[in-house]
Amino acid sequence: MNTTTVPANRRRELLWGLVFGIAFGFFLHKGAVTKYDVIIGQLLLQDFTVLKVMLAAVIVGMPGIYAMKRLGWVELQPKAGSLGINVIGGLLFGIGFAVLGYCPGTLAGAAGNGYLDALVGGVAGIIVGSDLFARVYPKVRGGIQRWGYFGDLTLPRWLKLNDWAVVIPAMILLILLLFGLEMAGL
Amino acid sequence: MDWLTQVRWSPYAAGAAIGVLSWLTFLISKRPLGCSTAFATTGAMIRRLFQGNKAEQQPYYRTIATRIDWQWMLVLGIVIGAFASAWISGDFALQWVPARWAAAFGSAPLPRLLVAALGGVFMGFGSRWANGCTSGHGISGTLQLAISSWISAIFFFIGGIAAAFVLFGGA
Repeated sequence: MNTTTVPANRRRELLWGLVFGIAFGFFLHKGAVTKYDVIIGQLLLQDFTVLKVMLAAVIVGMPGIYAMKRLGWVELQPKAGSLGINVIGGLLFGIGFAVLGYCPGTLAGAAGNGYLDALVGGVAGIIVGSDLFARVYPKVRGGIQRWGYFGDLTLPRWLKLNDWAVVIPAMILLILLLFGLEMAGL
Repeated sequence: MDWLTQVRWSPYAAGAAIGVLSWLTFLISKRPLGCSTAFATTGAMIRRLFQGNKAEQQPYYRTIATRIDWQWMLVLGIVIGAFASAWISGDFALQWVPARWAAAFGSAPLPRLLVAALGGVFMGFGSRWANGCTSGHGISGTLQLAISSWISAIFFFIGGIAAAFVLFGGA
């Protein structure tokens, strides 16, 4: 291994992370999801901004990622999961989502927006919570987290369909869902 | 260049921009957008200050980055990018208590801070348990059509909606 190029690669990787983060934070703020009131409004089903931002990102992101996969430019990185991981973890995360009023990315954005409940309370809590999980991980990984294990499946692989036979209907369904929200005045 | 100084865009424009950003992170950095592991990385760095390399030998910390990595810089960038957008649009404001919280529970900072910290504990624990958050599962994983991410995203909202109604039910 060449010792001079490794740090240079690492610097480049970190710099790209920073650049992408700045763009991400900019868009999160423009989408108004760095605000507690907007996130709580979503969870109380009064303001659907959060869902609109997320679904628009998915509707635009999905065909691009699958097209680049087809071209051999990128590889998918689906996370392995199980019912024990994703259902239980999802519910615990959801409680935190409502009690904190931010999620990890929007927490960072809220801190940039000047919101000190995010910067002081939220950041400390999330670090402590992550470390608590690190302490219980050896006890849960082989037990409850194995329950209903399905691995890194994607919908096309699970359904044994061509990628586009799932991507296009999924995009249409999500667009219809957004139309439905607008029609309902939400 | 009005769009740069607008406080708020259409959520569809902001979301579409994040979608395009996800193409670029996959293409250039070979990484999906994700945020929550950076907080666990920070926890590992803090533990190293006190315990040396003992913390890193814990089984969980062997599965994640325990030093500054791409995602940690991404999260740092989010702070900077949100600050830049807020600042140029005149929306930056130091605030301890959000308006909606104040209307329901009062404007004293300490209760809000304690509850935010408690929520953070659930969120940190839950995102590590679920192996992702609203970015990593909710956007990056769902757009890859990963089953783990669709299940997670749905249960983030089920848990979040239920807890929000309990919290604000009487407010």
